[in-house]
Amino acid sequence: MSIIVRDVSKNFGDFAALTNVSVDIPTGGLTALLGPSGGGKSTLLRVIAGLEKPDTGLVEIEGREATGLPVQDRGFVFQHYAAFKHLTVRRNVAFGLEIRKRPKAEIARRVDELLELVHLEQFAHRYPSQLSGGQRQRMALARALAVEPAVLLLDEPFGALDAQVRKELRVWLRRLHDQVHVTTVFVTHDQEEAMEVADSIVVMAGGVVRQVGTPDQLYEEPADDFVMSFLGPVTKLKGQLVRPHDLELSVEPRPETVKATVTRVTLLGFEVRVDLEVDGEELWAQVTRGSAEQLGLVEGQTLFVRRSAPVRSAAAVS
Amino acid sequence: MASPGVLVRPGLRLLVVVYLTLLLMAPVALVFWRTFEHGLGPVIDGLTSPSTLHAIQLTAVVAFYAVIANTIFGVAAAILLVRRQFIGKRVLNALIDLPIAVSPVIVGLALVLVYGRLTGVGKALASIGINIIFSVPGMVMATIFVCIPLVVRAVAPVLEEIGDDQEQAAATLGAGPVQTFLRITLPSIRGALAYGVVLALARSLGEYGAVAVVSGRLVGRTQTVTLLVQERYLNFDPETAYACALLLVVTAVLALVISRALAPKEITR
Repeated sequence: MSIIVRDVSKNFGDFAALTNVSVDIPTGGLTALLGPSGGGKSTLLRVIAGLEKPDTGLVEIEGREATGLPVQDRGFVFQHYAAFKHLTVRRNVAFGLEIRKRPKAEIARRVDELLELVHLEQFAHRYPSQLSGGQRQRMALARALAVEPAVLLLDEPFGALDAQVRKELRVWLRRLHDQVHVTTVFVTHDQEEAMEVADSIVVMAGGVVRQVGTPDQLYEEPADDFVMSFLGPVTKLKGQLVRPHDLELSVEPRPETVKATVTRVTLLGFEVRVDLEVDGEELWAQVTRGSAEQLGLVEGQTLFVRRSAPVRSAAAVS
Repeated sequence: MASPGVLVRPGLRLLVVVYLTLLLMAPVALVFWRTFEHGLGPVIDGLTSPSTLHAIQLTAVVAFYAVIANTIFGVAAAILLVRRQFIGKRVLNALIDLPIAVSPVIVGLALVLVYGRLTGVGKALASIGINIIFSVPGMVMATIFVCIPLVVRAVAPVLEEIGDDQEQAAATLGAGPVQTFLRITLPSIRGALAYGVVLALARSLGEYGAVAVVSGRLVGRTQTVTLLVQERYLNFDPETAYACALLLVVTAVLALVISRALAPKEITR
């Protein structure tokens, strides 16, 4: 394990940001801390970084206790880049190496490598204000990687970017990680981002860890209704949470089906959203365009619906 | 139909012009005119007399120390006020503005009350050979006091605006507090700091009231340029008084022009 967090609690006044959090983060992996705002994920990242001192508990990095210690061997990337505005891209990336008083030739070589890695070679002599948001964030990443940190920590790295750039950078981060293999932890509130980029996901809410697992595990076997509804769309059939695409619709009754009335049919490209009503309760199903045509979906039609996958959450929703 | 603005605006403009002419431009222009009334000769004589040269030198010395002290204190206080949470922060914040509210004469008087030769502190210091009042240290102290808010108030808003993200980033890259200050914070506040320093310099050169009280106005010993202007004027030597006054005006205008050029946009706006 590269990062071990044990029983960490942190309060800000009356607000419990973290309560007895324990997490193990494997070496070389790309781990997402996922959760709603105020769920404690950024605080946990800052505790791991040493930017925040926990009230209780400890943090170990590569087998050494690092609780509340200055953030040396941990590269940190901030949501709003924290670019050094008065320094060029090149000097920004070189900063950590200059602080460590490395020989000039070594610094120059390393900075060249990193600028190439983040595709900013042509921008070396620009100032951060002359870069786009995505370029600034790539620069910040190169700057953090320059000192060859044991772990790389990213706080909502794409949070301040627009949707298109966000998607590109996500793919890019994944590829970059496959190249450099540094243990990476990033915070996000976007489940799609976490699912797409991370090897493993730590779901946090209300200052506690709700579940840890691979994206597949979390999606297929959510520990509770919260995780299930946070990781993807859900709807309710007879009081139980189900994924809308796990609902099976048929014209004739089958075992365990219930009778439903179609209230609305919406075409969403390849998918079709079918709003239904069962005994006065509303739910919705997601079907492919092909099966929608087979069923001949029209508003007011009577259908039979059942769950196509095994029950995932035994807990009935009150 | 003419809107009311069409009538109001020229009226306002006239008011501002008249106001500034009567209070600022006419007096300054008169000083200028009076200085050169009898040609360049008396001006040069006035500016090169031993007492004038001494006063100029003394003013420079006092201003130098006062500006150095206020630059260090101003940056430290601004960082303290913006970056740290501590008990008494609001009190400190209010105290920093005190020199604007208190008349400089009272500042001088207060210093005399603490460090004067008849007080305990003054006697103790005099016994080890240090004289504060009627001497340069007191004049520096009085000048520091009246300039206290200038650097703090120029730097603090900029520190607030840049936030501590960059400082934290520097720390994550291994920079200690001193390195972070020198490499990140100081370059970020450079413009605002220069602006504050120039303002403090202008204020130091022009200070009269507080310095008048603590210096004792000893001609050729504790007489700064402002004190000299007053003394020459009263002693029927208006040529020297006007020449020195013009020198102060020119220096102040120059300082302001420089400060405008250095000031970050958000301050000049």
